[in-house]
Amino acid sequence: MTQAAHEPEMLSGGEMLIRSLKDQGVEFIYGYPGGAVLHIYDAIHNQSDVKHILVRHEQAATHMADAYARASGKAGVVLVTSGPGATNAITGIATAYMDSIPMVVITGQVMSHLIGDDAFQETDMMGLSRPIVKHNISVRDPADIPTIVKKAFYIAESGRPGPVVIDIPKDMTMPNEKFPYEYPDRIKMRSYNPVKKGHSGQIRKAVNALLQAKRPIIYSGGGVILGKASKELTQLARQLNYPVTNTLMGLGAFPGTDRQFIGMLGMHGAYEANMTMHNADLILAIGARFDDRVTNNPAKFCPDATIIHIDIDPASISKIIQADIPIVGPVKPVLKEMLEQIEQSKLRVDDEALGLWWEQIEEWRQRHGGRYRSDDSEKMKPQHVIETLCKITNGDAYICSDVGQHQMFAAQYYKYNKPNRWINSGGLGTMGFGLPAAMGVQLNYPDAAVVCVTGEGSIQMNIQELATCKQYQLPVKVLCLNNGYLGMVRQWQDMNYESRYSNSYVDSLPDFVALAEAYGHAGIRIESPDELEAKLTEAMAITDKVVFIDVLIDPDEHVYPMQVPGGSMADMFLSKTERT
Amino acid sequence: MRHIISVLMENEAGALARVVGLFAQRGYNIESLNVAPTDDQTLSRLTLVTKGEDRVVEQITKHLNKLIEVVKLVDLTEGSHIERELMMVKVRATGAQREEVKRTCDIFRGQIIDVTPTTYTIQVTGNEEKVNAFMDALSGATIMEVVRTGVSGLARGDKTLSL
Repeated sequence: MTQAAHEPEMLSGGEMLIRSLKDQGVEFIYGYPGGAVLHIYDAIHNQSDVKHILVRHEQAATHMADAYARASGKAGVVLVTSGPGATNAITGIATAYMDSIPMVVITGQVMSHLIGDDAFQETDMMGLSRPIVKHNISVRDPADIPTIVKKAFYIAESGRPGPVVIDIPKDMTMPNEKFPYEYPDRIKMRSYNPVKKGHSGQIRKAVNALLQAKRPIIYSGGGVILGKASKELTQLARQLNYPVTNTLMGLGAFPGTDRQFIGMLGMHGAYEANMTMHNADLILAIGARFDDRVTNNPAKFCPDATIIHIDIDPASISKIIQADIPIVGPVKPVLKEMLEQIEQSKLRVDDEALGLWWEQIEEWRQRHGGRYRSDDSEKMKPQHVIETLCKITNGDAYICSDVGQHQMFAAQYYKYNKPNRWINSGGLGTMGFGLPAAMGVQLNYPDAAVVCVTGEGSIQMNIQELATCKQYQLPVKVLCLNNGYLGMVRQWQDMNYESRYSNSYVDSLPDFVALAEAYGHAGIRIESPDELEAKLTEAMAITDKVVFIDVLIDPDEHVYPMQVPGGSMADMFLSKTERT
Repeated sequence: MRHIISVLMENEAGALARVVGLFAQRGYNIESLNVAPTDDQTLSRLTLVTKGEDRVVEQITKHLNKLIEVVKLVDLTEGSHIERELMMVKVRATGAQREEVKRTCDIFRGQIIDVTPTTYTIQVTGNEEKVNAFMDALSGATIMEVVRTGVSGLARGDKTLSL
């Protein structure tokens, strides 16, 4: 090596930003240019390592980055301009924040000397984003850019992950002002030290309680997927032979076709999952946060249960439901230590009690709790569409869902056997998430089957991205469960408003097949259950282009079970006429 | 229950906004708040007084700890501690009131820090209770203006909140 090799290269702020992303290992960034970020876009143009994906609306850029993170576990990167570029990104940032998804969002800002003057396309992005980010950083000196980028990734990906915004005034990226570039290997912060392992004493207490349980259940959430602890969860569950339920965010962390899996729990959870929770004497909550869509009325929540709660975020513990044995720590090492301690413990699982418990669970399972009537072959049942999709794709596709009834059907009837395959906006419930999410996954996993399960309501919230699919040849499959209604809104109006359909009917729907074709894609319409499997198989076999599959479904279908508002987990409507 | 939470945080732009924003977003209540740099210019010390059930206060301390710029914090009311607040009161000081106000001020070991022929400005320091008691004692006087710093405090003895 020559002496010159040690001399740091001189780069502009814009160049340093892009070089930092490259050195961070970023392959794709998702964004949309504008005045405040033009120097940065010029720096992008002058290199080829970091590839920019041009979306049609900034919200889609955030969902693409978000879905990449959900599928890969690494932070996705977004680049947008100031003002409207930044505000359009807000929904996507909030979506990532609610589901603890690592993301780095770079927003342009007006020149430093103009900040506060109501300059053209100025908006206080630091203030706007503050409540919906893990952290945000404003660049005040171009020389700090490499450190700030490193810090942003470190914060976004470590501990409880989340989005980090970097706000860069335009004058921080001037092409003629050069600075010595060096990308830091690591970041150390005195004020931020995420916990690396759980407290062994607490784990011991938990293991003792776990092994003495008579009616146990493992309730696992998105934290298991974020913490890459699917293997450890499965090992623990198998070793103990305890039943497992997953939250909406946790689907796939435990194999969906496993005998020990009793379904998703919560508002639209499986009958047997909610009954098992309610009657349990011990709940092992792993990386789950007792969301209100899970617990129903907290005052009536699982009256007999001792609660062990493992979470990396202490603020999630005892927030809604008081934990009896809290364990703060990353799920993976905590579960590993649990497995070791179980091995060493003198206590053994009470097989007799567990046998009776399984008998009871099987009895609940046998009851036709909340399942749809598949004998009604005249009508296209959305549940049947999802089951058929699962069959055709061998349960191995990436399912990127929008929000509404179709989301619940996709959660209930597709069997996820691997983590990171079920990609949906769980916490924020963002309509318009599905298509860009599918694009983000397809771009990074070009050979995978990627399906956007959507409705005619959700898809129209980001339908412009069909153009982005064309530009980058992202052959996603759009499965639109089209009932002509905002189905979930309609369901609530049926149940609570005597079927007064206030603004839940989507009039003037486009011809989705023709629309897909206009964008340069293929479109297929499926109208009768007889043709479903053949046409869906045909659509899924097309791997070189987008196929928009418009399925006309029964508009009267409701999602069941549905918890009775204000009740316990066991209080459920099981159909339009039955309740527990 | 009243809690005094003392926070050591990075002396950076926007850090205070994050603390205040957290309280607004999550509906926590702030009775008083003050903040200033410490002997170490890179650190600020923020003291806030809040009231709430133990569960809520537990959430408050957990969420404060989650803020990236927060280095350390302590709930002073969990142990023995010293708390002080400074108040300045401008009162009408004419006629019989002029002498009466001065006497009350002396009883509370206040200082008159500004005088005009018709007004006194009195400085009183003490814990919240003392400062409130002084205000009650002044009830006969015409109060023109009041300004309070809010409570600052630290733990008694060897315990410190430092790096």
